Amino acid sequence: MNIRLNFRAGLIGLVLGVSGALSANAGTYEISVDRIKLNTGQFKRAGIGYNKSQTPTVLRFKEGENVTIRVTNNLREDTSIHWHGLILPFDQDGVPDISYPGIKPGETFTHNFPIVQAGTYWFHSHSGFQEPDGAYGAIVIEPKGGEKVRANRDYVVQFTDTHRHQGKRIMRNLKMSSDYYNRSQRTLEDLVRDSRNTSFKKALENRAMWGRMRMMPTDIEDIQGFAPMINGKGTGQNWTGLFKPGEKIRLRLINSSAMTYFDVRIPGLKMTVVQADGNDVKPVTVDELRIAVAETYDVIVQPRKNKAYSIIGESMGRTAMVRGTLAPKQGMVGPLYKMRPKPLLTMADMSGMMGGMDHSGMSMEGMDHSGMSMEGMDHSDMQMVSQNNSGMQMEGMDHSNMQMEGMDHSNMQMEGMDHSNMQMEGMDHSQHQMKTPSKKKQPSKKASPQQSFYAPGSGLTPTAANGGKFLSYNDLRARKPLYRDRKATRTIELRLTGNMERYIWSINGVKMKDAEPIRLRHGERVRFKFVNETMMAHPMHLHGMWSILDTGKGKWDPIKHVINVNPGTTVYSETEVDATGQWAFHCHLSYHADAGMFRKVVIEGGPS
Amino acid sequence: MNPLKYKGMKPMRKTMSRITSVFLLLLSLSPANAEPLIYGFQAEQLEVRSRDGEDAFVWDFDALAGTDELKFVWRSEGELGLSSDSLEGLENQLRLQMPISTFFDAVVGVQASTPDGAPDRYNGVLGLKGLAPQWFEIDADLYLSDNSFFRFEAEYEALLTNRLIFVPSIEVTVPLADDRALNQGAGGATFEIGARLSYDVIDRTFSPYVGVNYEKSLGDTEDMLRAAGEDTDEFSIVFGTRMLF
Repeated sequence: MNIRLNFRAGLIGLVLGVSGALSANAGTYEISVDRIKLNTGQFKRAGIGYNKSQTPTVLRFKEGENVTIRVTNNLREDTSIHWHGLILPFDQDGVPDISYPGIKPGETFTHNFPIVQAGTYWFHSHSGFQEPDGAYGAIVIEPKGGEKVRANRDYVVQFTDTHRHQGKRIMRNLKMSSDYYNRSQRTLEDLVRDSRNTSFKKALENRAMWGRMRMMPTDIEDIQGFAPMINGKGTGQNWTGLFKPGEKIRLRLINSSAMTYFDVRIPGLKMTVVQADGNDVKPVTVDELRIAVAETYDVIVQPRKNKAYSIIGESMGRTAMVRGTLAPKQGMVGPLYKMRPKPLLTMADMSGMMGGMDHSGMSMEGMDHSGMSMEGMDHSDMQMVSQNNSGMQMEGMDHSNMQMEGMDHSNMQMEGMDHSNMQMEGMDHSQHQMKTPSKKKQPSKKASPQQSFYAPGSGLTPTAANGGKFLSYNDLRARKPLYRDRKATRTIELRLTGNMERYIWSINGVKMKDAEPIRLRHGERVRFKFVNETMMAHPMHLHGMWSILDTGKGKWDPIKHVINVNPGTTVYSETEVDATGQWAFHCHLSYHADAGMFRKVVIEGGPS
Repeated sequence: MNPLKYKGMKPMRKTMSRITSVFLLLLSLSPANAEPLIYGFQAEQLEVRSRDGEDAFVWDFDALAGTDELKFVWRSEGELGLSSDSLEGLENQLRLQMPISTFFDAVVGVQASTPDGAPDRYNGVLGLKGLAPQWFEIDADLYLSDNSFFRFEAEYEALLTNRLIFVPSIEVTVPLADDRALNQGAGGATFEIGARLSYDVIDRTFSPYVGVNYEKSLGDTEDMLRAAGEDTDEFSIVFGTRMLF
């Protein structure tokens, strides 16, 4: 690593004198952007690395510091660095054509901005597909007065999905054939198995239903065949964090993947989530969590045994898995686990498409929309899990008609109605009678206005591998609100739209290149309504300002920089427009952003 | 073999260069923040057909460049007799393809048919290309000239595994007017039915296959072919590869 902290104490008087800031220090950091050879353990390829390394550079800042970061472009093409999640002047944000022109080959660009926040963030190139090609690193900002939650050790755990193909080539292949990288499609073998599980007729009907729509229930990960990595190391290369039994470890989980959501767990350990997207949250203890692309979560773990623990990151579509290790000694290797079965999308995940999609050329006849009756659907692959009760009316459910073969009741917590542990695979839904008064009245959870962050019945709803607690957006509660809670001035609807077959992604049906910027007024509080009308999850990232995720907790709503919007769901976030200038707002899946799911945001008014 | 070197290509070359310049003009009109050019090559058939008569090398590919909104496609289909070294069939098309619905593109273009030992034919092309319900890849094209005809192609990819793929296909050509020089009788359809079993060896770039292909002419076309002493049906065993890059 090449980062030098120069004149940290020097020139303070001068800086203070000039800026009048209370900043106690100023650091200078060097980053070079280099062409390197990537080695994932599975394959080698040409790629990009910061400071000539495949191991992501970690920038360690202090809250209140003024940083000077010199970025030198050693590539043969333009580059840029975006400081993901940092609140800074827009001309420092590092997005070509929005913040600045970018950095030409051979040139050095000097960033200069104050650090006004603390927490875990990351940085990456915002030019072309340099980020998927390896141009990413981590940022750790120590709060003034130290961490609220103390830990003995502190590790960055940065996930990525390195592919053997260059980003440009991946995009071209997707445009030629959108299922180019989908090697999890349903085959004859699946048809035989489904026929055995249900009947040949039902299995065929199910195929016919998806076929009519020309959609694939396996369409969860556009890009498969990648090597998942932790801190630049594949499973075999085994990134290892050391500990002494009994110590508390802070793991700063960052998902720097181009396209891949990871389900993260450490078998044998509970993880206490203390921070999300750089902002402290009320600690919540979970067994597993899903980290959307570009999100960060800080978790505290406390291994007590003198043994190696595995950090397991399984991709959401279960096409790849990475293992890192927490160990008392270097050289120890955590156990490997079998990947769980691949999920399938359900009609619930399609529900958003029904509403707003361009129906022209799409023959929908034969599809029963009324109340989403799921005829012909393959229920055997459905994980019918409701993250909370609000999405599903469970109260009036007659459970006596439910055939729960193969259902593991041991993990069901009926008391609190925490259904997140219920795996209803193999259940016969045809006998659901949602309106019959219940015989065994279930105590309902305290009435909450929270929305469910997965469509009820979604095939993507996660469950913890050990049957325990899986983190939900509903569990996130800001530790300290950043803003006074007030009513939003207005709502801006952003329909997340696309054409999977053509690999076109857009917002409100319009691609970036044809779109007018979104105009916000300085000082307003704007409410964004994200309506996902595609069958894929989209991690939406607004630059320069916070996104307060509406979980119905008012001023305690968590403050984030990435809002994941699952298929068939509508999610709200609010933003206090306290920045000026112009910013990027986009889906953080690299190939979706590039295909057009991207907007420029222009702030009108405010101090110049 | 360079199909452009064969006789009768001059008018086509002229048309081609005209279309190319229109296309480049369109490209240059697109805004500065235009998305990167999409380009690629896709061969559905690159194969040797082994049969009772003369074996042949057959190709059917699209080379394309453009954007989401407008693609410029060079489509080439041909059949080269392996012992006679003569082109039994050679069709080159320049097509402009633009989306008209979620799953379908409209096609306009020109086609030049310039085989050896037969008169050349030039047609305007109007067509549809896209994905029909149940994943059928469809091409439906009207070829317009004094010797108009209609052609429909459908192909289906049945996944036996995620790499072993069974591809049944059908192509129907229906002459809309008699073309005695080419033994095409109005309404006399020629069917071509194929079944190929391919395996994706390198991504989807290179997918070798084996299969069968059967061609059969009906109606007036069949009668004309018979009168000319030519086969009215033909069965082949095929070996080849699909390509996509």
